[in-house]
Amino acid sequence: MTLRQAQGGSGDKYDLAVIGSGPGGYVAAIRGAQLGMKVAVIERAELGGICGNWGCIPTKALLRSAEVLDQLHHLDELGLRADNIGFDFARVIARSRAVAAQQAKGIAFLFKKNKIDHLAGTARLAPPRTLLVDGKEVAAKRVVIATGARPKGLPGISHDGDRVLSYREAMILPERPASLVIIGAGAIGVEFAYFYAALGTKVVIVEALPRLLPVEDEEVSEALTRSFVKRGIEVITGFGVERIDTSPSGVEVIIARQGADRRTLAADRALLAVGVRGNVEDLGLEAIGVKLERGFIVADRTHYRTSVDGIHAIGDVIGPPLLAHKASAEAIACVERIAGVKDVHAVDYTTIPGCTYCRPEVASVGLTERQARESGREVKVGRFPWRASGKARTAGETEGFVKVILDAKHGELLGAHLIGGAATELIGELGLARSGELTADEILGTVHAHPTFAEAIKSAVEDAYGEAIDQ
Amino acid sequence: MATTIVMPQLSPTMEEGVLLKWTKKVGDKINPGDVIAEVETDKANMDFTLEDEGTLLELLVKEGDTVKLGAPVAILGEPGEVAATATPGVRLPLPLAGEGRGEGGAPTEIKPEVTTKIERTTAQAEDTGRVRSSPLARKIAAERGVDLRSVAGSGPGGRIVQRDVVSVPLGSRRDNSADAVKEVSVAVPVAAQPSPLPSPASGRGGEGDQKIPLSLMRKTIARRLVEAKTTIPHFYLTMEADAEPLWAFHRQIKAATDEKITLNDLCIKALAVALARVPAANSSWSADGLLRYGRVDIGVAVSVEDGLITPVVRNAHLKSIGAIARETRDLVVRARARKLKPEEFSGGTFSISNMGMYGVREFSAIINPPEAGILAIGAIDKRATVITDGASETIAIRRRMNLTLSCDHRVIDGALGAELLREIVRVIEKPIGMVL
Repeated sequence: MTLRQAQGGSGDKYDLAVIGSGPGGYVAAIRGAQLGMKVAVIERAELGGICGNWGCIPTKALLRSAEVLDQLHHLDELGLRADNIGFDFARVIARSRAVAAQQAKGIAFLFKKNKIDHLAGTARLAPPRTLLVDGKEVAAKRVVIATGARPKGLPGISHDGDRVLSYREAMILPERPASLVIIGAGAIGVEFAYFYAALGTKVVIVEALPRLLPVEDEEVSEALTRSFVKRGIEVITGFGVERIDTSPSGVEVIIARQGADRRTLAADRALLAVGVRGNVEDLGLEAIGVKLERGFIVADRTHYRTSVDGIHAIGDVIGPPLLAHKASAEAIACVERIAGVKDVHAVDYTTIPGCTYCRPEVASVGLTERQARESGREVKVGRFPWRASGKARTAGETEGFVKVILDAKHGELLGAHLIGGAATELIGELGLARSGELTADEILGTVHAHPTFAEAIKSAVEDAYGEAIDQ
Repeated sequence: MATTIVMPQLSPTMEEGVLLKWTKKVGDKINPGDVIAEVETDKANMDFTLEDEGTLLELLVKEGDTVKLGAPVAILGEPGEVAATATPGVRLPLPLAGEGRGEGGAPTEIKPEVTTKIERTTAQAEDTGRVRSSPLARKIAAERGVDLRSVAGSGPGGRIVQRDVVSVPLGSRRDNSADAVKEVSVAVPVAAQPSPLPSPASGRGGEGDQKIPLSLMRKTIARRLVEAKTTIPHFYLTMEADAEPLWAFHRQIKAATDEKITLNDLCIKALAVALARVPAANSSWSADGLLRYGRVDIGVAVSVEDGLITPVVRNAHLKSIGAIARETRDLVVRARARKLKPEEFSGGTFSISNMGMYGVREFSAIINPPEAGILAIGAIDKRATVITDGASETIAIRRRMNLTLSCDHRVIDGALGAELLREIVRVIEKPIGMVL
């Protein structure tokens, strides 16, 4: 089924029109072009979407500044000395914006190189199956919706962009707040907690669930909490937010544990980081009959087809996990299916890693220990603390551990959870092991270089079998 | 241009073959249709016929060698062409995944030195010989006794991954119902069921213990029976029949003809007649529906040296007893000589196994997939029997026999099984029905 040919339109007929240019959209567009399609990308804002402009990339730039500052404060441990350690907040923010701008430029270049038309404007679908860009019809055989997601509020509480921030404002504040209450301890919440705490802001982080990073393994949450508390971050878990009172000078966040133990947290500002919702509004989805469920577009996880022929959807807008690399993986699978590529690698949702870039870093893939045990399998758990790692000690990064969860019977790697060290880089090896269905034997049989952070992975597997050498 | 001749599939279940005898030698001119070798498959000894033309330049395997399907056996080319000039370095099929790692894990029978003399085999050899699979898939397959060569891979590039192996029923090979109908069948008593568990053979034997190498037939029997016993929900029904009428009928026939007609032939006929009367039982299970057969083709379990095979008597319900006897005799003789053609031992709709001649009173046989049942015939012997005649009951000495039906419960429920078995008993007790 194809979208209707435009009547008197530009005459350009696209094989593929992608709405959104984030890590889902731009990857879909380029893969489509590689496969010989004539592709248009409709983007109403900067190329690169949230990831490139307001998410992954600019926040990592901020965190880099924080991390280096953090290290400078600990130079004496390395026998080094520096005076006048400090920062210029405006320049930290400016660098982050510059890195984001570079990212957007990079995507513009890739579009040009792949002969992809960038249609700046707002896309809308109209019955029966017409694609409009700023009201003008664009003829395309297939549409891929990759409009992503945006921060959501809480019942009765929403962002005001000034005192009650979303991540978007939090990364471009004109000046560093002296105090900040962060509501929500998911990846965004804890990354900003680390960033602002490293710059000296008094940070309180509040999570309604019982622990930081509730989706991660419990031991990881515990270790992160210990580390945060050591850094002077106040961690309050099990408390929900009842109300936020704002004044020109600050906020008062009223929190409570199941309606009791009410407390008031006063701060310069509050960051509301309690999750995101799909960007499904104003696209004309209802009008053409694209089904939604819980605020996300309903799409299958093989062809990423929506309920309307010829209209596909990928990335955050079809629901969790809300991760850039998940969107990119879906983009490739979706477009390859559209193009009829043989042997498309279906996205394996059990091998998608999750990374959080606070210090200590957190990374994981697969099941947590609890999930693995609850699945009814017999499991073996192995751990290796960074303080036992030669490389980690030389680097002075001895917080945290590597934890692996293996199926006791076949040694299948069910899950891996890393905190500290080079967690977000090391998770790649474990993701490869999972997607390649390697077992403990293959990890143990792989000679890991010494001294490296990576050898801790092997050590953790050894530990699972009671064969740890260095522990 | 020299081409490499590979081991073809000569039986539907064949995975390797023993090259028994070369019937052509190096330098012989080959015309399409020429038999170049005799090959022992898991079922029978087959002629290896070539459809190509050329001159045999080289024989790559010795007589007696076991050769995997698709592995090179000979090189065909133009006279005078030197085989050794063919492109070297072509990969041979790797040792099969799942056959163990480390020491002793490479049971390839192909001599490595031939590798430099082969060409144009890569694609074909890889298609048929090498199995791409993940380490996890191999472990699970080894544990479950799944033969990876029979599993279709759904991973990258057709790689076999965990989900492919776990979706295969325990100890079985993948087959869809269409293939399954063509599957070759074997049937043996339960007692002969090989253990799917790690066998003591893999350990150290005691003094005087002897390890017998597995023949191709033995491997096939093992695989098929494990599949049948682990995937088919069997249940068993036994009835005792009055064998006097059958005994008398058999004597009458013997007196009337010189032809050798056995009690077994009569049982085949009785089963076929009963199946024709209870057609619902003459069916096969498949996931998308029961296949009710329009024919009654009886597989007859025949023991042969080192195994057994189940040749099929086609349309036994329509054939005369004499025709069944002649056909069965011929099939048995050729089965024991391992000369059956694949179509002669596949495609039955129901089977029969008779152990009466061994004095076995009663036994339960394993069903041959995709069939839904097998009839096990016990010995005819004299038993003290209560004879009821009106109001009087007396004990008499009568010939009796036990009949045990093994049913696939997915196809045949208890009542249907009982109906079929009652019908069989009825025919046996009134054998005149066999000739009507």
